[in-house]
Amino acid sequence: MSTLQVSMYRYNPETDDAPYMQEFQVDTQGRDLMVLNVIQMLKEQDSTLAYRRSCREGVCGSDGMNMNGKNGLSCVTALSEVVKNNRLVLRPLPGLPVVRDLVVDMGVFYKQYERIQPYLQNDQSTPSIERLQSPEERDKLDGLYECILCACCSTSCPSFWWNPDKFVGPAGLLQAYRFLADSRDTATTERLSGLDDPFSVFRCRGIMNCVNVCPKGLNPTRAIGKIRDMLLSNAT
Amino acid sequence: MVTNITNLGRSGVSDWLIQRVSAVLMTLFTVFMVAFLLFHPHLDYAAWSGLFERTWMRIFTLLTLLSIAAHAWVGLWIVSTDYIKKSCVRLGVQTAVVAALFAFVVWGVQVLWGA
Repeated sequence: MSTLQVSMYRYNPETDDAPYMQEFQVDTQGRDLMVLNVIQMLKEQDSTLAYRRSCREGVCGSDGMNMNGKNGLSCVTALSEVVKNNRLVLRPLPGLPVVRDLVVDMGVFYKQYERIQPYLQNDQSTPSIERLQSPEERDKLDGLYECILCACCSTSCPSFWWNPDKFVGPAGLLQAYRFLADSRDTATTERLSGLDDPFSVFRCRGIMNCVNVCPKGLNPTRAIGKIRDMLLSNAT
Repeated sequence: MVTNITNLGRSGVSDWLIQRVSAVLMTLFTVFMVAFLLFHPHLDYAAWSGLFERTWMRIFTLLTLLSIAAHAWVGLWIVSTDYIKKSCVRLGVQTAVVAALFAFVVWGVQVLWGA
């Protein structure tokens, strides 16, 4: 059967009192399309549909959404990975305020990212050419720098749903560790002292929802564990 | 940095460590008690009372009781900050939990050394 049943979350705060689910029929002609292709076909049926997308190849991180209950990037998620019983349910990323349809307000997510100071801090004198790293030191950044900030991880985390203003969230903490682990960064003590409260790091309960959904295959839970180890050895 | 004043250790890392260490102590006590009950299938008052007359057993039990109190303080504080959004209600619940835990510890000391 090539007709796919799609249920789409719709909400326009200017005209709708409450969100609702709109049903669509899409003829996929038996092809295993990416979910984003299907959304583009829906847009042809109903041009009022709002969603974010840009590179359509899993690099920009614009089209994070909830597909049949699991967060992911619609451009790199094939129908065969998510569709069950010929039915696809599309919702915005959970836990963030909806601007319209699948478009969410990422303000609180970026605020937590800003809080961990995601830039290199170094108080040594500027070298004449560049700051050198050994290959081993550079290897420590693998699995950390690749994050594209799509927010799939943080919005699948119950601790982030409950306390998005206090818990940094898996995406922010992965980046926090990316700078803690960087041999060129000299602000380690200051960075750790900003994370030593019961919320910022320790609200992580290690349920690994973040690892389960990350479209880049990264492991924020492991990074959080390493931050916790650094805090512990710093404080004992 | 998020400031908190009603959690047990005042910092996330100390709360985290207290929760882990207290969990280990509670596990040791549980294993000991289960083993003791298995080795005494016909447990009578004399054997039970004799066990708790020993000073090391009283210290071990008090340590476990303090671990339960600390563990519950950390755990219930986390639950209250997750689910109770109104701050006056949250502070009330946290105060009630701490007062109850304090009462249990004092009562436990009385039970252990009072007989």
